[in-house]
Amino acid sequence: MKFAVSDRPIDAAAIRKAVADAHCGALVVFEGWIRNHNEGQEVERLEYEVYRPLAEKEGIKIIDEAIARFAISHAVCIHREGVLELEDIAVIVCVSAAHRGPAFDACRYIIDHAKTRLPIWKKEHYVTGVSEWVNCEQCAEAGHTHGGHVNE
Amino acid sequence: MKVRVRYFALFREQAGCDSESVDWPGGTAAELFKKMAEQHPSLKSQAAALVAINDEMSGWDAALNDGDEVLFFPPVAGG
Repeated sequence: MKFAVSDRPIDAAAIRKAVADAHCGALVVFEGWIRNHNEGQEVERLEYEVYRPLAEKEGIKIIDEAIARFAISHAVCIHREGVLELEDIAVIVCVSAAHRGPAFDACRYIIDHAKTRLPIWKKEHYVTGVSEWVNCEQCAEAGHTHGGHVNE
Repeated sequence: MKVRVRYFALFREQAGCDSESVDWPGGTAAELFKKMAEQHPSLKSQAAALVAINDEMSGWDAALNDGDEVLFFPPVAGG
């Protein structure tokens, strides 16, 4: 397994085991957690909508790119869908390699591309009772604000 | 020609529906989005929006064929 979307809590230990290899001296893990604040708002919970057919196809492509580009042995990425509570793991990337350098680089590559290429959307529910779709880093770079997108 | 349009996340809320069948003379994905935005005034084009045709990521200038399923993705935000 290289990439999957899960509607159940992520078992980080099981994913680490999936990339274990006697040839590897390095394991790099990135976990994306649900935090209690974003852009000055207090977040209560989060909801991920995923278009699975394309997310899975594109997710596997990203992992394959990382394997081709960096000297790593294994890489797995799992992304959650559905309603998540604070401190839940939203996404995990595990990369094993003979040496730490390529493992760090590949892990960064995978999470950065997962954030901008996968058809996944995040709705934040705030403690105020308001909820809003969150825009990605691409939009921020394009000079758009989150609220601006919703209202423009 | 007839195409099927599907909306996701924010676009679904702005369009007020999951999907719809559209009969139109033909053109590009961008032109179809513009046409749908005229029908659903809340639906706004966004710089980082993405489009897929028949479950393949595509470009906005791709020409559509009869029977295509066109997926309009608002700016994505995984992770």
